[in-house]
Amino acid sequence: MNVRALLLVPAACFLVPIAARSQTAQSPVTFDRIIRADKEPQNWLTYSGGVASQRYSPLTQITPANVKNLELQWIYQAKSLEKFEATALVVDGILYTVQAPNDVIALDAVNGRIYWTYSYTPEPEARPCCGRINRGLAILGDTLFMGTIDAHLIALDAKNGKPLWNTTVAKAASGYAITHAPLIVKDKVIVGTAGGEYGIRGFIAAYDAKTGKEDWRFYTVAGPEDPGHSSWGGDSWKTGGGSIWVTGSYDLALNLTYWGVGNPGPDWNGDPRPGDNLYTNSVVALDADTGKLKWHYQFSPHDEFDYDAVQVPVLVDMDWKDTKGQTKPRKMMFWANRNGLFYAIDRTTGEFLMGKPFVEVNWMNGFDEKGRPMRVPGKVPTAEGTLIFPGNQGGTNWYSPSYSPGTGLFYIPAWVNYSSIYVKTPDDEYSEGRRYAGGLPRSPVPFARSAQNFRKEDEGYGAVLAIDPKTGEKKWEFKMTDVTDAGILTTASNLLFSGGREGYFFALDAKTGAPLWKAAVGGSVASGAMSYAVDGKQYVAVAAGNSLFTFALRQ
Amino acid sequence: MPLFAQHEASPGDIDDGRRLFVANCALCHGPDGGSVPGVELGRGKFRMASNDEGLKNIIRKGIPGTAMPPHTFSDFQTGTIVAYMHFMAASSADTTAAGGDPAKGKVIFEGKGGCTNCHRVRGVGSRLGPELTDIGALRRAVELQQSILEPDAEVLPQNRYYRVTLKDGTSVTGRLLNQDAFTVQLLDPHEHLVTYSKVNLAKYAFVEKSTMPSYKGRLSPGELSDVVSYLVSLKGIVNP
Repeated sequence: MNVRALLLVPAACFLVPIAARSQTAQSPVTFDRIIRADKEPQNWLTYSGGVASQRYSPLTQITPANVKNLELQWIYQAKSLEKFEATALVVDGILYTVQAPNDVIALDAVNGRIYWTYSYTPEPEARPCCGRINRGLAILGDTLFMGTIDAHLIALDAKNGKPLWNTTVAKAASGYAITHAPLIVKDKVIVGTAGGEYGIRGFIAAYDAKTGKEDWRFYTVAGPEDPGHSSWGGDSWKTGGGSIWVTGSYDLALNLTYWGVGNPGPDWNGDPRPGDNLYTNSVVALDADTGKLKWHYQFSPHDEFDYDAVQVPVLVDMDWKDTKGQTKPRKMMFWANRNGLFYAIDRTTGEFLMGKPFVEVNWMNGFDEKGRPMRVPGKVPTAEGTLIFPGNQGGTNWYSPSYSPGTGLFYIPAWVNYSSIYVKTPDDEYSEGRRYAGGLPRSPVPFARSAQNFRKEDEGYGAVLAIDPKTGEKKWEFKMTDVTDAGILTTASNLLFSGGREGYFFALDAKTGAPLWKAAVGGSVASGAMSYAVDGKQYVAVAAGNSLFTFALRQ
Repeated sequence: MPLFAQHEASPGDIDDGRRLFVANCALCHGPDGGSVPGVELGRGKFRMASNDEGLKNIIRKGIPGTAMPPHTFSDFQTGTIVAYMHFMAASSADTTAAGGDPAKGKVIFEGKGGCTNCHRVRGVGSRLGPELTDIGALRRAVELQQSILEPDAEVLPQNRYYRVTLKDGTSVTGRLLNQDAFTVQLLDPHEHLVTYSKVNLAKYAFVEKSTMPSYKGRLSPGELSDVVSYLVSLKGIVNP
């Protein structure tokens, strides 16, 4: 035995447990596993942790009692200065995430060591409105799927990062982009297109996971052949917007996939597009096999405030008291909308059941019997400017909410006391690939543009709001001094994890909102946290600034 | 004067226009818009333009053969700059402003005015109030005069003061440097950089009014003009 062999012996012994873990645990992610993600809480198989999109982890090792013992395990520093908005996936000890704009990284979820990197250079024509970002991946079998800012959908071998197919979903030069994590339904990969500030005609489409071939397409802006087309005056539907930029949900029993649709174009001047502008600012329920519309509900008809309904549809099965006072099990959908209202909707039929403001709202003052918001006269963008609550970034936005079956509460990352002055500018001429927005909202409060925060509470602040979804009543509020772009994760041990622009990642008691733990991560949290476990140890991971941080209990 | 033809400018437009003006125009034209001979951007006096459209044209295309370069502002941004110029013209009429003697103003500033108790100029004075070394490059004479006479009229967010009360009852008022859900950062009266954890405080809140006294009636019109002129002369530290 030579020296080299001697040295190798102890190293090989040391590696045995890890090798064993890898050999025994790793298996393809079937759709059955995705549907039953709650049965394998050690993994995080979809953007929101499950097709019901509750961003709720059944893991319980980290508790309100021991959360103070969380400590940093490892950091992955992205080689990118773009915002890090992706939620990681974890499958059997392997963590997959996206380094913005579109590089995919596979890491060891225990120590952060890199297995492989796939680098993608988007077309130079790519022009996402609001950052060259990506929010995450989908996985099916041994294949990862990523939408890109130049509106391609790419399939990668999850073992080595090699591309399997690359489908052009839409034309980047026309303003189309994909920024959200795809949704897997059966053997299909579903994505939608962003670009609501560029006069796109948005759509949701399903692609064969094996080949990348388009299976069906649903236009979010109703064309001449579609129901709802009369909600668009003239040819305005051709440039009607209706972007998709966060991931939808799926109900297996109903075989419906639900997606929130973005603003109509141009954003802030509705004159060129008279009518309700279906299906912008709506939730659409589509047959997952055909893409046919089963029902829709429009939160903000004929929107001129950029109130995208681009939120994650949260699906909950629970007892619901109807208008006759009878309580029955019901398939619910809960939705905190950018327009400042919290909604309860029957997800089988699309019936509007309840809508209540969770922040100050002055553009509407109630609903008619069909659930259509009643507008307040004069609260529209004008040449002089009109003060509207909530402001342009909304009462909430794309940041993931969470529903905890444990507490029965719905949690919203919110902007409170926040408003904008909406100034309408004359009609823009549409020109392919150029901005088509019709105005510019502005803040009534001038802010110093620095890393420091001088805001007073009445100038707008960020908060985690806990809402009783049965009543829409606020149960508690955790206030920050700065606003937040952070999603919310809850766990079965009644913990809540979130963050904000202040640069903390923190844990709250999900029942009371009491702060229990925090880590100064030194950059804005603009992503939703997730949790996973490897070899019986629970981790919590969140992207902040330009890095991914993972925490676990001190041992 | 046909102001900003498409619509009345909102305070937000004017504020946006101010930012663009200070960042792009004030370097040559000065914060009052009067540094280029023959042009008084802050008083509605122009050499080439006769209306808003003409002004916008010049801002975007520049004037060939002169030091005025073209700019890539959008139509809307250009409109906000024009709106800010009109705002300056409308708000400059009643100023006694900068016709005084900067040297005398400096003496008042450092002497009977007591300004250096809070303000700092080129390394002299306290850091507790706003640093004024380059205030003449940032603010117009009329704004400086207003700040001296009515300190509460406008306090920029970065000049806010904050008061914390410790659990033993002692309180500290300082310049707010930063804050978050858990902590607050101040420059305290000893010019120490201090962080307080909110859980250790009995009370914490913004100081709602400016901590600066009004000099209305405390300076003669001539002295006021001298001090304003001194402040206008403060254009920052020029590299040797």
